[in-house]
Amino acid sequence: MFASKRLSKELLKLQDKLPPGITLVKADNFEEWQMDIRVMDDNPLYKDEVYRLKFSFSQSYPIEAPEVTFLRTPTTPIPWHPHVYSNGIICLDLLDRQGWSPVHNVESICVSLQSMLTSNTKKERPPGDENFVRYNTQRPRDISFVFHDNQV
Amino acid sequence: MDSDDEFNSSQVSDDDFMEDSDAVLDEDSDFEMEENDVGFESQDKDIKPTKQAYEVDFTVYNPTQIQSHQEKQIDEVSSILGQPPESTAILLRHARWNKERLIDQYMEKTEETLESAGLGQDAVAHPPKIEKIKGFVCDICCDDSPDLDTFAMKCGHRFCSDCYKQYLFTKIKEEGESARIRCPGDGCNRIVDFKSLDLLVSSDLRDRYQELLTRLYVDDKENLRWCPAPNCVYAVQCGVRDKDLPRTVPTVHCDCGHFFCFGCTLNDHQPAPCSLVKKWMKKCEDDSETANWISANTKECPKCHSTIEKNGGCNHMTCRKCRNEFCWMCMGVWSEHGTSWYNCNRFEEKSGSEARDAQAKSRASLERYLHYYNRYANHEQSAKLDKDIYLKTEKKMTQLQNSTGMSWIEVQYLDAASQALQQCRQTLKWTYAFAYYLARNNLTEIFEDNQKDLEMAVENLSEMFEKPTDQLQGLKVDMMDKTSYCNKRRVILLNDTAENLKSGNWEFNTSLA
Repeated sequence: MFASKRLSKELLKLQDKLPPGITLVKADNFEEWQMDIRVMDDNPLYKDEVYRLKFSFSQSYPIEAPEVTFLRTPTTPIPWHPHVYSNGIICLDLLDRQGWSPVHNVESICVSLQSMLTSNTKKERPPGDENFVRYNTQRPRDISFVFHDNQV
Repeated sequence: MDSDDEFNSSQVSDDDFMEDSDAVLDEDSDFEMEENDVGFESQDKDIKPTKQAYEVDFTVYNPTQIQSHQEKQIDEVSSILGQPPESTAILLRHARWNKERLIDQYMEKTEETLESAGLGQDAVAHPPKIEKIKGFVCDICCDDSPDLDTFAMKCGHRFCSDCYKQYLFTKIKEEGESARIRCPGDGCNRIVDFKSLDLLVSSDLRDRYQELLTRLYVDDKENLRWCPAPNCVYAVQCGVRDKDLPRTVPTVHCDCGHFFCFGCTLNDHQPAPCSLVKKWMKKCEDDSETANWISANTKECPKCHSTIEKNGGCNHMTCRKCRNEFCWMCMGVWSEHGTSWYNCNRFEEKSGSEARDAQAKSRASLERYLHYYNRYANHEQSAKLDKDIYLKTEKKMTQLQNSTGMSWIEVQYLDAASQALQQCRQTLKWTYAFAYYLARNNLTEIFEDNQKDLEMAVENLSEMFEKPTDQLQGLKVDMMDKTSYCNKRRVILLNDTAENLKSGNWEFNTSLA
């Protein structure tokens, strides 16, 4: 109830107007949405590419952060970034319990991710990516990331 | 020391006992022992003996007492700082209950201290309230109805009160946060104070919040620890600090019946100090089973000491690591075997005997570890069996009451015996871990004598315990004697180790840090 009320309002707003480079792909229910984002400047790492984001909302959204991951599809790869694992899991304090505030919304997350990509210059995966991707069975919200690096 | 005789005599005389303890204890504690000895009272749990060297002072508190401790401290500091109690509570929690530091900080930089704890100025002048604001849109639920109840703390981040409530509910119920819940606004570090909370949340949530605060209080206080027993609600206060731990083993006894170490909150591990316990457990985790197998099934390459398992084939071994060729039987170099291949009868040769010596040395340390480990594990196992025995004891006690017409109080000796067994085994178990780390000297020998005496006392009592019920009645006096003897041996051993630990007399083959 709580989540759907807020999400329906967000949806109305998203259908009305969106910041540049962000498009709504799918929002058939109040559990999972998909958004596409593009990086707007000409950072060579992300030029001409579109990335798909999957949002999963719990009943207590927006008190609880949504689960946000990049989704690999035939047209959308997983972007290179030292905080993005090759299975699409994102390590960003905004999406963690500590950094999340209920004031954030789908749009503001998209904007934050855009800017996270824009400012990056390293074509890298997080350290230990291979192992993490192979062995991680936890959901993103249950992983405790260490946010040791606020530069990227 | 004629401990054997003592076991077999039905009464342990005071004199025998004195002789024993003379060797171990100094004058003072000897005297104490004598006092306790009179009438064998130590088996009676209600009579507390005077404090032994291995015991520490501690107090057990229930949740109400912990609550009132907090309140007392809040009141005290509140009157010093001139802040209302709820703000003082936040300040104290922010300073992790370090009163002195808080007062110092507050006197020096009042505004900064308040700010860092999430309290701006004039919390006194404007108490928190729920308001209706014209033209307000809640950033959480996006609701903009005109008669919406809203709330904001001093930081001005305003949300509708339903959202605020939901936010607090999630934080308290699901994330277990209490004293450090921040304003829901993005990047706002203001902490939700108790008055605001009071205004917003239901009473059952408030109870949970209070519980979490108490939990945090105990966690923050260095001289308080929760009893780790499942479902136990008590906390124990003890003056032993972390830096004292190499010199003392602070076992405390919670009112729920659980014995635990105040230093590391593990089960009672006297006489071994916490650091040795940690080392020992780590070693056992890594080593014990593997070590057993290695000892039974492998030999070492005489040259590079790689461990080798021979899983078939002849005696001509080539070490895969260093390519050394040797004979599995005599461990000598293969080239000296001449033409007598595959049939080693060269045991006396020099190269072989040297290799065997070196091997023996390296195996000796493994054997030494296994010696202590097996005894440690044995007592652990027996202690588990003791739990079964305890249950059987209860049955036996009822049987005995029915079959012999003995009263409840008359069969309590079985219960006392069972408890003594459990406690002594627990101690014995850790004496083996302790002994593993002891260097060889006279003190260690005395320790091993004490250990042996206790062990024999325990095994004697344990054996008696397994007798059929119909014989138990006749053994009552004997059993009571043995129980009290066990308890006394345990006290002697623990006093000896505790005193020497305190004065730093033990020599360990590892560092206590």
